[in-house]
Amino acid sequence: MNATIKILLVQMKAFITKEFYHVFRDRKSLLLLFGLPIAQILLFGFALTNEIKNTKIAVYDQAGDRASKRLIQRVEASKYFEVAAMLHNPAEIEGHFKSGQARLVLVIPAQFEADLARQQEPTLQIITDGSDPNTANTITNYLNNIIQDFQTDQKGNLQVRPEVRIVPVMRMLYNPQLKGAPNFVPGVMSLVLLLICVMMTSISIVREKELGTMEVLLVSPFEPILVILSKAIPYLVLSLVNLTLILVLSVVLLEMPINGSLLLLFGISTIYIITSLSLGLLISSVTDSQQAAMLLSLMGMMLPTMLFTGFMFPIENMPIPLQVISHVVPARYYYVIVKAIMIKGLGLSAIWKETAILVGMTIFLLVVSWRKFKIRLE
Amino acid sequence: MTNTISIRANGLTKKFGTFVATDHITFEVYAGEIFGFLGANGAGKTTAMRMLCGLLEPTSGEASVAGYDVYREAESIKKNIGYMSQKFSLYEDLTIQENIRFFGGIYGLSYEGIRQKGNQLLADLGLQSKAKALVGDLPLGWKQKLAFSVAVLHDPKIVFLDEPTGGVDPVTRRQFWDLIYQAAARGVTIFVTTHYMDEAEYCDRVSVMVDGRMDALDSPQNLKEQFGVNSIEEVFYRLARGAQRAD
Amino acid sequence: MEEATVERGIRCTALTKTFNKGATTAIEDISFTVEPGELFGLIGPDGAGKTTLIRVLTTLYVPDIGQAVVDGLDIATEVKALRNRVGYMPGKFSLYQDLTVAENLEFFATLFNTTVQANMDLIHDIYVQIAPFRDRRAGQLSGGMKQKLALCCALIHKPTVLFLDEPTTGVDVVSRKEFWQMLAKLKKQGITILVSTPYMDEATLCDRIALIQEGRIMKIDTPQGILDAFPIRLFALKAKATYSLLCDAQAFDGTQSCFAFGEYLHLTFLDQEESTIRRFKDYLKDKKHQEVVFMEVKPSIEDCFMYLMKSEKQLKTAS
Repeated sequence: MNATIKILLVQMKAFITKEFYHVFRDRKSLLLLFGLPIAQILLFGFALTNEIKNTKIAVYDQAGDRASKRLIQRVEASKYFEVAAMLHNPAEIEGHFKSGQARLVLVIPAQFEADLARQQEPTLQIITDGSDPNTANTITNYLNNIIQDFQTDQKGNLQVRPEVRIVPVMRMLYNPQLKGAPNFVPGVMSLVLLLICVMMTSISIVREKELGTMEVLLVSPFEPILVILSKAIPYLVLSLVNLTLILVLSVVLLEMPINGSLLLLFGISTIYIITSLSLGLLISSVTDSQQAAMLLSLMGMMLPTMLFTGFMFPIENMPIPLQVISHVVPARYYYVIVKAIMIKGLGLSAIWKETAILVGMTIFLLVVSWRKFKIRLE
Repeated sequence: MTNTISIRANGLTKKFGTFVATDHITFEVYAGEIFGFLGANGAGKTTAMRMLCGLLEPTSGEASVAGYDVYREAESIKKNIGYMSQKFSLYEDLTIQENIRFFGGIYGLSYEGIRQKGNQLLADLGLQSKAKALVGDLPLGWKQKLAFSVAVLHDPKIVFLDEPTGGVDPVTRRQFWDLIYQAAARGVTIFVTTHYMDEAEYCDRVSVMVDGRMDALDSPQNLKEQFGVNSIEEVFYRLARGAQRAD
Repeated sequence: MEEATVERGIRCTALTKTFNKGATTAIEDISFTVEPGELFGLIGPDGAGKTTLIRVLTTLYVPDIGQAVVDGLDIATEVKALRNRVGYMPGKFSLYQDLTVAENLEFFATLFNTTVQANMDLIHDIYVQIAPFRDRRAGQLSGGMKQKLALCCALIHKPTVLFLDEPTTGVDVVSRKEFWQMLAKLKKQGITILVSTPYMDEATLCDRIALIQEGRIMKIDTPQGILDAFPIRLFALKAKATYSLLCDAQAFDGTQSCFAFGEYLHLTFLDQEESTIRRFKDYLKDKKHQEVVFMEVKPSIEDCFMYLMKSEKQLKTAS
């Protein structure tokens, strides 16, 4: 028995070595493997952070008192905003939008400090450019957060009762630094791992079909199930390397925190990678050409993942049928888990439900792709 | 076969980097001649054929095809030649008729011309009833015969055939050569490569390429006498055995 | 270890395989036996069913009907054991183009739980020819070298039965000759070999051959047996103007068939009477052909194949 296992291990080692040769000798697959995650991280990272940094705003300060000055200072101190102009009458507002000198105008009411002190609710007006609703929405949220911080600080300065405070809607509860990275790094992780696993495994198997080497492998005494395993292991290893790369890039370049357990993160990522590998296997058993495998991986995997994971478009805003579909997308659960571990620093007890669903999906897909894998040519 | 020169190559050479794919080949092909172009794998046949078809620019040497210079008049050459290969000939997912219309169209035949010549072609091959059948559903032999007929649809002066009969059954292979003979009798020059050495015997003249050079060029009869052997296969074997390189 | 009574070689009975839910019949009612140590050739054009038959015998396809035993093992029930025993070289070049010669050999050796060295006695003659290129990627080898490497890989586990699917297609004459010399040497080592080819001239290099066309075996015999069984007289004909000679000969009322055959035309008549032959000679004179050569010749395998194709067709139209 031991001898048999030893033989199997030697055979698998030879097979896995061969797979690595394929990957490292093909510039295109290397580029896909390591270029894609790096490009994604850099692209998303800098695109998102640039947009929010140094947004030009104008302030129409009707009060001109100490409180309003403090608020303006505070806004200017944040790296997200730059006060480009101080306005002196409401007619100037539109002109600043039209010329593009400001993307947001903050209007501070007269008697701002007095109202605050009198425990009345002063109304701050935020005017944004509705023609670009996404940016408008984001910067409004950012400004709201700054204002809220300001209010909290006022507690110390002015003796006022907290219950009369305006409480702005705080959207980014676990994102106090107001960075985009926490949202999209988990998104990029679920997208990149899935894409690479599905595409690389399906293409590498279909390529053997196209070349005719699959025939030789099938006619050899090497167990078909070991073919699957030996195909999966190299890509599992490469995906874990990739995961490490993404995490290092995120931490170093995008100052992304990893608040939870690294071990748990890698453990669940491994499960997710296996899900993706089985999807790749499944695709390889229904396609006969590398092109078809590539197309199916891109259309069948990338689009649903981008749509239904929730990192690009909020799921709760989608029509009900799409929300239902989103439940079968593995990336959706992985995304939630990664966010929970990395940003909220939660443990397994908080994410056991999502983890269980992911494990269930993995087992299901593994069994199906296992069954579907043909040990003959038909 | 006449004395009008159809293809002329003089010192035709193609280098890829330091590798000399085709090394100063010189020959003439006459109008209406069936010219066999033999060579081992990697001897430089494909490169030479591509230069003559105006697809590759030679590194040095001269060549003219149908009176047009391969350097300056490649587009005119393309209008005056037909080309068929074993690997690609017709679109398998189009019907016979659609293929005829397509290829007639890209060679600039008029709608009426395509209709007339197409009908004639189908009648000659006995395929009228199958005009609406997909090419992919035809047996290989029929496909090759059809592909040849389509390649000469626009009455080219020269047809280049790249292993046109590979894998075809022996009867169909000969029917295919009947088509070649017919075309040659009409004055079409046939430039053909093949792996079947008996087919080399059907050619008016045969050339054998070895390592990029043209080591032999004569009628099959003369070649056999020159080497003192009974078949072109033996001639080929003796020439190619010493080949240094392979593809 | 094994019983002496177990039948070696290949024996198949009434194999039929269809595709597209029965719409296309690839092979139909194929039965034949290959003796242990025999070099058996499947001769037929593309689409005759050679590849399908080989894939059935190597357990890659399950036949619709029929049984087959390869080296004493049933192709339906003893798949695993069989896959240990057979060597297979598919029609397409089927090695890893991005691995070197040495890497390919080592990979396949390990896959079959052996080493290159352990089998050197079997592959030595072929190995020395590819050894100078051992560090070259397989994709950069010439057609002939690729075939040699593929054969080495198929032999790496000392198979008892070797299946070769069109090993010489697309390979030039020189490499083809060398390849057949290698097969002859392997045969001497007692390996049963089943090889398919579309080149009729290679048939004479086999011990026995099956002529296969449109999924059916037309005839099985030794090459000599097939040649001897050619039932009618065959004539070779040549003149200065080959094509008009061909047209004229085909137009002659006593002609059964006339085909170009190398430098000659091969001709058969509807009857075998001397009078017909005399009449034909006169006919040629009338047509004013010059330098006419006309003689009776022995048929080649290709003549036999074409004759059998014609008879099969007549049988089909009759029924």
